[in-house]
Amino acid sequence: MKPLRRLLLLMLLLAPGAAFAADALGFDAARHLLNRTSFAASVDDINAFAALTREQAADRLLAWTGTKVGTPAPGWVNNFESPRRVRGMNEAERKAFQREQFEKGVELRGWWLTEMLTTPSPLTEKMVLFWHNHFVSSLRKVRSPSLMYRQNLLLRQHALGYFGDMLHEVSKDPAMVVYLDNASNRKGQPNENFAREVMELFTLGEGNYGEQDIKEAARAFTGWGIDPASGEFVFRRQAHDEDVKTVLGRSGNFDGDAVLDILLAQPQTAEFIVAKLWREFVSPNPDPVEVTRIARVFRDHRYDIQVALRALLVSDAFYAPQHRATLVKSPIDLIVGTLRQFRFATGEVAPFQFALRQLGQDLFAPPNVKGWPGGEAWINSATLLTRKQLLERLFRAHEMPQPVLMAMNRDDAERAKDIGNPGANARERFRRAMMDVHFDANRWLSQFRPGDPLMARVVLAADPANPQPAGMQGIDLLRQVVLDPMYQLK
Amino acid sequence: MDRREFLSVIGATAAVAWLPEVAFAQRAAGGYSNLLILVELKGGNDGLNTVVPYADGEYYNLRPRLAIPRDQVLQLDARSGLHPALQPLLALWQNHELAIVQGVGYPGANLSHFRSIEIWDTASKSSEYLPEGWLTRAFASSPVPKSYAADGIVVGSNEMGPLAGGGTRALALTSTEQFLRQARLASAEGTARNPALKHILKVERDVVRAASSLNADYAFRAEFPTHPFGNALKTAAQVVASQAGVAVVKVSHNGFDTHSGQQGVHQRLLKELAEGLVAMRAAMQEIGRWDSTLMLTYAEFGRRPKENQSGGTDHGTANAHFVLGGRVKGGIHGLPPALTRLDGNGNLPFAVDFRDLYATALERWWGVNSSVALNGRFTPVDLLRA
Repeated sequence: MKPLRRLLLLMLLLAPGAAFAADALGFDAARHLLNRTSFAASVDDINAFAALTREQAADRLLAWTGTKVGTPAPGWVNNFESPRRVRGMNEAERKAFQREQFEKGVELRGWWLTEMLTTPSPLTEKMVLFWHNHFVSSLRKVRSPSLMYRQNLLLRQHALGYFGDMLHEVSKDPAMVVYLDNASNRKGQPNENFAREVMELFTLGEGNYGEQDIKEAARAFTGWGIDPASGEFVFRRQAHDEDVKTVLGRSGNFDGDAVLDILLAQPQTAEFIVAKLWREFVSPNPDPVEVTRIARVFRDHRYDIQVALRALLVSDAFYAPQHRATLVKSPIDLIVGTLRQFRFATGEVAPFQFALRQLGQDLFAPPNVKGWPGGEAWINSATLLTRKQLLERLFRAHEMPQPVLMAMNRDDAERAKDIGNPGANARERFRRAMMDVHFDANRWLSQFRPGDPLMARVVLAADPANPQPAGMQGIDLLRQVVLDPMYQLK
Repeated sequence: MDRREFLSVIGATAAVAWLPEVAFAQRAAGGYSNLLILVELKGGNDGLNTVVPYADGEYYNLRPRLAIPRDQVLQLDARSGLHPALQPLLALWQNHELAIVQGVGYPGANLSHFRSIEIWDTASKSSEYLPEGWLTRAFASSPVPKSYAADGIVVGSNEMGPLAGGGTRALALTSTEQFLRQARLASAEGTARNPALKHILKVERDVVRAASSLNADYAFRAEFPTHPFGNALKTAAQVVASQAGVAVVKVSHNGFDTHSGQQGVHQRLLKELAEGLVAMRAAMQEIGRWDSTLMLTYAEFGRRPKENQSGGTDHGTANAHFVLGGRVKGGIHGLPPALTRLDGNGNLPFAVDFRDLYATALERWWGVNSSVALNGRFTPVDLLRA
């Protein structure tokens, strides 16, 4: 290619909104795609994607996904904390153990949050979070940071792989076995918890099975458990029910895997997953016709998650103007998105974990087996004001160092007291960590001419809900833009 | 004015009195000018050491270390008495302003904090998941007058609990001063272009509206204790004393998950509880609201009758709760703990469904329909004087 033509091409690529090819995305669509799939998008990224077609853009995002974690794991992740250990402890040892578990929980959340903040493939983290909120387990019940870590690695391994493989492996994941009580599911004394949730929440969805199916399936999962010494999954043949079970009209001496295969053979399973992906990436109200179409493709490709996700990301619905700016940002979207979008410098991430918790999204601890309800439920007067206060302080952090977050809320303080008062220590740690939070406003704003409307187009998913005061510019305008209600949407 | 608004303006009492089958139940009800204060004992209070079955030998068998000695119990009748730390409540008891409901629970008790409080907050069956709180459903079917600062407030916690879910004008605040400071970040302006934005703008408007009619400066003569629970009640009292009130207040008292070393902790928690409740009564009397105030305690569960090896108690089921107010029928309601009929986990059977208490608040206190909020018919408990 001649140098001149190359230069022309480069200019076209860089010009915002340039129609590079008839079917190229253009600036706003590229921004929409990156905002939904990548937490945030820089001007350079948007421009690069603006020149691509829908298919090229989706393929590029998917090609960047991976299963490896860049952030080093905490040192203890492979040491299983056997519950047997606690039994023989005296009061002081137990307190120390609890404090250690609490610290590990903080480190575990910090590990994932750091990965979200630094990963070259945000879509990978969005999908791991999606599955964390689908195959829910919680530290609060599992009480083992190392098992929760192992589960996160498992979700990561399959997050953009094959759903069937993931279902089989997650079902035997030690944290899940504990969380949904398969550990105490024995022949003659079946525990139905896992059998119920695997149908209602993991595969078929409500209304596509009966109570009898749950009872029979529970018997198929008997004998599944974990080894209390190693934390590994074990199958205890003597606790397994060997009689015939009838699940969804099929009968046999099924084991747990056989039941999972029956669930995967139902078309409702693919539709349930596709509808959930739709609510995550496209709009709050899945289009049943499109869901059925994409679900068929999903099943025909052996539940290849990339096939389903790609189909959604190239669909007309994904780019439809009426679906833009219709999803409420989760606390993760808001915090990780803001820190990435504006290239905040951060030190220790622990303060942001507590902000996430205050905003209702405590990583590794969804509220119940249904996960975070999401959508409008993220926003109430308390969380909205907390969101806005956090944003306001973040965008004042360049003026003078000050604590960005409110002091730990009372529940945290109470918890801290319960586990032997690291409260004062934690507060001091936060104060120091907050001093490290820094936004280089001049550098970030230098991408735009003063008063350039492009700035708001990059930051907001659609026009602001409130008019911008005339003549406002620079950091004042930016603060106004991030405090606009539209900033809460994606 | 639409019909629902019309009904709330003329007063729910008059409106529902036209319906013969509920007319009797509504006689004492005073609509949302009656204030409901919910006090959450977070972590699961030990009901057996709160309202002590001191005449039951089985209680002393199950709790060799933790039982309150008979001679220290503040005896209320031949069977039950209060933990000595609850001494301040005796004045209310003697005045017939304190009711105790024993054996409150629900079928299929769940022993997880998070799940069980969700069952209480959403008034669901133990096997169902409902997306919104019971008060949210109540206010959707019987709206609080628009002139109120908000439908309800939650003090000292970001968890909306019974007020969770769309639709309500519910605010969470730690202190009225802080709320008024933060509220400047909200704006009543803006055009909604889709449901998500509409929801956010509604929340912003609710904040602005409430901020414009809440005051932070009523000078109570009543003194509130300075612990967090006392501070939360003080904030609640400020809101109630504002020019435009609320229908419901939820406050939390934290730290009841006493798995180990319960004795000293529980003593302190109950002392703080009693001090706070008595201060609130004094404050409400001061502004002439005690007769239109109903306070209910609740918790995700009670604790296991048999003490554990760590001088504490594990998660239980049925529990005793307090009902206080100027128009409360004092006395002991419900059934005493059946300590010889424990279930497979060693937990108590329940006698009164918690939703019966909610039905009491909805029908008898406010005079609103309870079956929508509670997803079914529940029987109010006879706890209120006309």
